[in-house]
Amino acid sequence: MSFLRIENVAKHFGSLIAVDGVSMSVEKGECRAVIGPNGAGKTTFFNLITGMLDLTSGRVLLEDQDLAGIKPAERVRMGMARTFQITEIFPDLTVRENIRIPVEIAAGLHLAPRVPTARRAELRARIDQLMEEGGLTRIAGRYAGELSHGDQRACEIMMALALNPRLLLLDEPTAGMGDDETHAIARLIRRIHRDQALTIVLIEHDMRVVFNLADKITVLAEGRPLAEGTPAEITANEKVQAAYLGGAA
Amino acid sequence: MSGFDLRKQVPNVVVWLLLLTMPLWMNAVGGYTQLGTQVVVMGLAAMSLNFLLGYTGVLSFGHAAYFGLGAYGVGMTIRYLVPSTGIGMLVGTGVGALAAAIIGPMIVRLRGVYFAMVTIAFAQVFYFVAFRWNHVTGGDDGLTNWTREPINFGFATLHIEQDPVTFYYFVLAIFAVAVAVMALLLQSPFGRTLIAIRENERRTRFLGINVNFHIWASWLISCTFMALSGTLYALLNNFVDPRALYWTQSGVFVIMCVLGGMRSFWGPLVGAAIYVVLQDYLSSATPNWMSFIGLVFVVAVLFFPRGVLGIFRRKSVE
Ligand SMILES: Nc1ncnc2c1ncn2[C@@H]1O[C@H](COP(=O)(O)OP(=O)(O)OP(=O)(O)O)[C@@H](O)[C@H]1O
Ligand SMILES: [Mg+2]
Repeated sequence: MSFLRIENVAKHFGSLIAVDGVSMSVEKGECRAVIGPNGAGKTTFFNLITGMLDLTSGRVLLEDQDLAGIKPAERVRMGMARTFQITEIFPDLTVRENIRIPVEIAAGLHLAPRVPTARRAELRARIDQLMEEGGLTRIAGRYAGELSHGDQRACEIMMALALNPRLLLLDEPTAGMGDDETHAIARLIRRIHRDQALTIVLIEHDMRVVFNLADKITVLAEGRPLAEGTPAEITANEKVQAAYLGGAA
Repeated sequence: MSGFDLRKQVPNVVVWLLLLTMPLWMNAVGGYTQLGTQVVVMGLAAMSLNFLLGYTGVLSFGHAAYFGLGAYGVGMTIRYLVPSTGIGMLVGTGVGALAAAIIGPMIVRLRGVYFAMVTIAFAQVFYFVAFRWNHVTGGDDGLTNWTREPINFGFATLHIEQDPVTFYYFVLAIFAVAVAVMALLLQSPFGRTLIAIRENERRTRFLGINVNFHIWASWLISCTFMALSGTLYALLNNFVDPRALYWTQSGVFVIMCVLGGMRSFWGPLVGAAIYVVLQDYLSSATPNWMSFIGLVFVVAVLFFPRGVLGIFRRKSVE
């Protein structure tokens, strides 16, 4: 049994076929990279997994449970957290409040009229810990909307992690970053993958990041699966070189 | 970390000092007690709307419906059922809340201008009922032949029916409780999910929140306090007419929020004070008072895009 199993999913936008019969199995604790040229359908593929878009055909299974008909928010509560290609945070709230909200949600308090006194210290410690791990402590009081791109990305990743997910989906976590920021984010992802044995699927264009993090790689091109394998296998694959790596180099 | 910060309490202290002492200085500055009562009633209405508008990020343009339901609820209860202010207020608030609870699920899937338009549509239904159902509501002439009744606590009777100052403090007490409940809710984990929806609905959904349900809850809370303020409005005037639920009245509440500042807790109260006082002053001076208020509104929005109290926005700390 695979942790996440995707069977032959497709998504049509009218006559445009964005995802065209993709299958993928991800094991528990694995870090999987999904790569492919612009417009290959990677983000759409994520949107099908998280339920943001309805499938045209195929199935998505989490621990053998078919997710058909399960809404995005419910999938999140089942342990599926994600970040977006364009950062989605709470711009007019401080970093600390950005982290506090998912921490309280994870604690089951989202309908609570107050924080039980007995849990205050525990929640505060959890917020501090997440900010420390994400390198956000020094900017805890800043409005999230005023942060650098890299800090916003780190903030969004820590918000997702605050939910204690079992599966983390990251859509181009290092897009638009300089080398230093890219390194910092890659190190952060590596650390959470290693320390928490978290299952991660990430879309990424930066090949250094991909080869550094991924256990296995899935290559998409024009909505179709082109190849799948270890980083070494993918580097050696001629089809991939022709369609993607060659073009990028 | 976030211990008791004295500086954060300054606005609260100022607002409560002014409200508590209002009958002492209102006449000296050229006003009168009922004007102060009107400010508090309209302030509560605007703050109720702002729970949804400013803190959940959802624009309703039909909140006068719930204000009006509260107003008619208390008036009709006293006139036709029991001569009791307390029961009338419970009925008025309850009817408003019930209507909001039922209408809510039909509209919470809508967003932005579509939400606003459908709330207007529902509000107009209530308006036409009040307007047409002549022999019960009094139609265009309004609901008359009833007055607020003294409130009997068993051990003592509160004579809100005569002395305007007594009635002012009665209204202020209700205001205090309502505002305290809203403040506590906004500082709760639940309140933070509402602010989260305002800030970024998609992010909130992908934190596992059932966004539509939370908007429904916010809508219900907002409309319930709106209905409560409507009951006070009817009691203040011993009268209610269909204009209380007309769509322009909904617009006035939105103007109060924008004028005072939707992002600040007391902003809508300040907006209501400016609006009510200007209206009182201008409407006796010129029949075109509405254009002057419009002018003030435009100037305010130009110079204070976050509302009058928006200039006190908390600084980001390094
Ligand atoms: N909601 C939508 N409606 C219509 N077409 C869409 C929609 N979303 C994506 N598409 C189209 O589907 C195709 C795949 O888009 P997608 O965003 O999944 O690509 P991607 O692999 O994530 O690309 P990038 O690397 O640029 O992020 C593109 O041609 C895009 O224009
Ligand atoms: Mg993409």
